[in-house]
Amino acid sequence: MEDKLVVISKMSKAFPTGEGDFLALKNINLSFAKGEFSGIVGPSGSGKTTMLNIIGSLDSQTEGEVKVMGYEIKELSSKQAADLRSRHLGFIFQTYNLLPVYTVYENVEFPLLLLSMSKEERHKAVMQALEWLGLTDKIKSRPAQLSGGQCQRVAIARAMVKQPGLVLADEPTANLDTENSLHILDMMKKLNQELGTSFIFSTHDQKVIDYLRRVIRLVDGEVVSDDTKAR
Amino acid sequence: MFDFILKGIFRDRSRFLFPIIIISAGVSLMVFFLSFMDGYIESMIRQNARFETGHVKIVTKAYNELISQKPYDLGFLDNQEELDVWKTEYPQFDWAERITFGAILDKADSLGNSLSQGQVMGFALDLIGGDLEIRNLRLKETMAKGRLPLAPGEILLSDRTFEAMQLQLGDSLMLLGSTADGSMAFAQVVIIGTVVFGYEALDRGGIIMDLEDARSFLDMPGGSAEVLGFLRSDSYNDKEIKKLTTAFNDKYSTEDEYSPLMLSLSDQNGLGYILWITDFTFLMMSLVFILILGIVLWNSGLMSGIRRYGEFGIRLAIGEEKKHIYRSLILESLCIGTIGSLIGLLLGFIFSYPLSIWGLDMSQYGKTSTMVFENVIRTKLSIGIFITSFIPGICASLLGTALAGTAIYKRQTSQLFKELEQ
Ligand SMILES: Nc1ncnc2c1ncn2[C@@H]1O[C@H](COP(=O)(O)OP(=O)(O)O)[C@@H](O)[C@H]1O
Ligand SMILES: [Mg+2]
Repeated sequence: MEDKLVVISKMSKAFPTGEGDFLALKNINLSFAKGEFSGIVGPSGSGKTTMLNIIGSLDSQTEGEVKVMGYEIKELSSKQAADLRSRHLGFIFQTYNLLPVYTVYENVEFPLLLLSMSKEERHKAVMQALEWLGLTDKIKSRPAQLSGGQCQRVAIARAMVKQPGLVLADEPTANLDTENSLHILDMMKKLNQELGTSFIFSTHDQKVIDYLRRVIRLVDGEVVSDDTKAR
Repeated sequence: MFDFILKGIFRDRSRFLFPIIIISAGVSLMVFFLSFMDGYIESMIRQNARFETGHVKIVTKAYNELISQKPYDLGFLDNQEELDVWKTEYPQFDWAERITFGAILDKADSLGNSLSQGQVMGFALDLIGGDLEIRNLRLKETMAKGRLPLAPGEILLSDRTFEAMQLQLGDSLMLLGSTADGSMAFAQVVIIGTVVFGYEALDRGGIIMDLEDARSFLDMPGGSAEVLGFLRSDSYNDKEIKKLTTAFNDKYSTEDEYSPLMLSLSDQNGLGYILWITDFTFLMMSLVFILILGIVLWNSGLMSGIRRYGEFGIRLAIGEEKKHIYRSLILESLCIGTIGSLIGLLLGFIFSYPLSIWGLDMSQYGKTSTMVFENVIRTKLSIGIFITSFIPGICASLLGTALAGTAIYKRQTSQLFKELEQ
């Protein structure tokens, strides 16, 4: 069990709606090990984002158990959840969600401000992350001056800068062309291999699926298959 | 983190421009309004002081009991020596003695038969010794005919009474009254000028007479009814004056009913109440100001907040707590409030300063000169006004953001987060 990063059992999620509850996730049983490069794959509305939000402690399940790095999501106080996110989790979104008023450097530095790090330590970490993603020449640029591919690389740098154990990437290639998609996938794969960071994607993009080592298919909130490719 | 917040504010014009404009506009208006009100109140205090109360007034204890009736017979008998002591003891004041009395003015023909008579109210003050009292009663501004008295026996009369009694300048009349000890008093007076007092009680029959003439008429040599003290600096501070009157009374007031009693301006004519009301009004205005501006800023905060849900979402994902984001918004609003208020103070100063120097001449708007009211209203700027305007500026900014910021709490984290997907 020690190497299990995420353990989900008998988990379901209901959203209250006008006509009763809507079950977005039904009886999910899954676990993710350290160092995985896996993805939740399914059509739009199948519950991928809901699942990532729960794993990311931004939401919590209605029933069942979700343990992330040993913490039961449902039992975390808002402070504990924030702590979990700031120390151990990185997020990447479909839209890059950089803070437009800050430079590339500042966007990447931002997560480190929540951790008690000296300016020098922060500088080192930021430069390191920007180097991984080939952004060292864009330090002073603002998001508006960057292409979509570059923005998403900044977002990945921001997720990676604190070297989290787990990165949750919600349709990270949805707004990118093939070339940029492949580029960032290469980079994430490299980070996964070199740093041992675990990645969980949500996607319905075949290019991403081809990169995944493990593919979990979700239809209408239910896991219909879970395949790990042979190495 | 703090410099991050500052950078965030100033690189995003929509975040600071509107609030700063609103706050600085509000604060500058507040400065202007308060300085105008303060100037007006101060003018009112000055009017009262000049005309009636002085900044302080010394009377006998017996006189004070019936002060509204102005009982000169209960006033000071010759008190010049004491007055000299007070003058050296309180050099911050200019002193003026006055007597108010009732009398009958009688116009007789050459045989001594009365042609017309009028009841008059006598206002006796030092007209010949200097121009302090001439300025206090605005005699130059309110003279209708003739000139100021220069010699003994020359008096000024209400213009209305003058017309009613069909008098001529230079007419010699008999003044009949009673002396301080109750015997018959009479004096020959010459009408040398007329005055429109602008004050009904006096326009109905006021005369202005030199103090020495009144002393001999009322048979109170060296005496007076009231001794008024006028601050040379003209900045009345009620608390300090109260201290001073208490000290004076502790020292000089005794059981003797003819011993002196010093009254402050606020002890007289209900002025204490007016001063209190003024302070209260200032406080109320500050609160209303905070409320109105706070609501405006609340709304603008909601608008810009909606634009920033994406930012909040990402910050939550990165690991900030809602509480932390809320606090950073408050900190932003503190910066904006401070800057807006400072600009407001500067603007308010720029608007108010010229009026504090040159004033607003009300006589242009058809107000005629009166003895009581001043024609020119000036704004009065003070540190107090800057503080009373600055603090509400900041409070309004904080209030607006504190209210708008609660929107973060109203949304579920994952919902705030959803804004990201659009
Ligand atoms: N807050 C919510 N309230 C009600 N329904 C929701 C909410 N969030 C998601 N859903 C519903 O849950 C289902 C799964 O949504 P989502 O996880 O976003 O799907 P995906 O990411 O796979 O496209 C959808 O039908 C969606 O409408
Ligand atoms: Mg989704």
